[in-house]
Amino acid sequence: MFLRTVVGRAYPRMVGLQRERSWLVFDVLLPLLQVSAFVFIYRAVEAPPEFTGFVVLGGAMTAYWMNVLWNMASQLYWEKETGNLEIFMVAPTSRMAILLGMALGGMVATTVRAAAVLTLGILLFGVEIALTDAPALVGVFFLTLIALYGMGMLLSSLYLLFGREAWHMSNLLQEPVYLLSGLYFPVRSLGAWAAAGASLIPMTLGLDAMRQLLFPAMTEFAFLPVRYELAILAALSVVFVAGARRALSYMEEVARRQGRLTVRGQ
Amino acid sequence: MTRLTEATRSFRTAAWLGWQIESNWTDPFAFAIYSLAKPLAGAVILMFMYAVVATGGVDNPLFPHIYVGNAFYIYVGAVLTGVSWAVIDDREHYKTLKYVYTAPTNVFTYLLGRGVAKAVISTVAVGLTLILGAVALRIGVSVQAIDWTLLIAAMALGTCVMAFAGILLGGVSLVMARHSFFVGEAVAGALYLLSGVVFPVDVLPAPLQAVARGIPFTYWLEAIRRALLGEGASEVLGTLSDGAIMGILAGAAMGMGVLSYLIFRLSEHRAKERGLIDMDTMY
Repeated sequence: MFLRTVVGRAYPRMVGLQRERSWLVFDVLLPLLQVSAFVFIYRAVEAPPEFTGFVVLGGAMTAYWMNVLWNMASQLYWEKETGNLEIFMVAPTSRMAILLGMALGGMVATTVRAAAVLTLGILLFGVEIALTDAPALVGVFFLTLIALYGMGMLLSSLYLLFGREAWHMSNLLQEPVYLLSGLYFPVRSLGAWAAAGASLIPMTLGLDAMRQLLFPAMTEFAFLPVRYELAILAALSVVFVAGARRALSYMEEVARRQGRLTVRGQ
Repeated sequence: MTRLTEATRSFRTAAWLGWQIESNWTDPFAFAIYSLAKPLAGAVILMFMYAVVATGGVDNPLFPHIYVGNAFYIYVGAVLTGVSWAVIDDREHYKTLKYVYTAPTNVFTYLLGRGVAKAVISTVAVGLTLILGAVALRIGVSVQAIDWTLLIAAMALGTCVMAFAGILLGGVSLVMARHSFFVGEAVAGALYLLSGVVFPVDVLPAPLQAVARGIPFTYWLEAIRRALLGEGASEVLGTLSDGAIMGILAGAAMGMGVLSYLIFRLSEHRAKERGLIDMDTMY
């Protein structure tokens, strides 16, 4: 039942990608516009060309953060608004399986968008990549996604209590996370303590490690060695997924007691 | 009741409603943090980008222009997306657009009013971003040195262009089903790139520079920079006098006013004809 639920919840996300293909244009175009603006900033100040690669990679990763915020964290709020949440609650299945299905489906669908942003960015701006360690890159990428979507699952359970503020909370978390995770500049420049704090957001260390592996000439801007970042990302993955499990059952209980599971239009 | 009274009342009521929707979901403190975190984060991202690579860091002569451009662009993003989003919000979320149409309301001024709350919040965000820039980053903006006449005239004309552009997008949103969510964001994103908000338009490739010169917000930002910093960021626009810039802006405001009215009325007619006013796409 757990696996069937995971597949069942992941399925609409993947099929949804095919149903409205024109959305792909917007999903790729919007981050690409932002990426282009930031590339031109670096060009205006004659930054080394690797910074263009930093920005393009960061722009591709924004797709995941947007997906985590709007399609993971806020999802149970949307489900409540559309009347699906009560159906989820009476279904004889695990709520964690529903969240996991959302995460897996979201990861696959978003990877298509992120890959398109990355490819177009590389082609448009002539980014030169010098991959040094492919297995490490794959490891960093997947651990980043697991930790990031684990964080999304955790947020999702917290959002269970929210009404209209869910929308505003997601809006609020957008740009400040771009800043803290160093999407458009090396996170090291935030300073050691701020960067260490920002490392709780999995994208921070994931991006830093991927930049080291793809642009080895720029390691002077690295925050931590890749092996440490891999270990921290692995730990974050466990903490966020386990935390999501506990938070979901606690928040569900609180939401039941306060009668918030079926309240719409708050 | 005269048409003018109806238009004024619709505008005033919509402005109040917009403010309630924007602000009454939380307490004032949380609302203040929410309203300021996003624009300030954007400004600080720019600061770090400059601090890392630009010669002189944030003391680079280009930085104040970029900072001011980014701060004032908050208005454009908020008003453009705000007005077009009001259509989606009323039609699909609150499902009240049909009631707005059945009431004795001027929908054109109603949507303009819905943009007012966004503009008010943006004013606070822009002000605080500028204060942060002036105090912490020494971007060279001082109250005594501001050309107030140019600033007020540029703001008045720029606001007209923004409001009419917002209405135009609102009209387009009326006849769109599953793409209306992207309209405001896509246009604001394209304008962010093409209006020289965070870099001089001179660094754009030649074809894009030509596009940039056709966008009113390029001139609006140039005027704002001249008013606050004493000079613009672009060599291309540097050949234009202040009067020429304001003339272009005035022409753009009038042109956009006519265009937005025509497109809005046309879209509205089509939306009624095709039964889209109470459309529900289950977004």
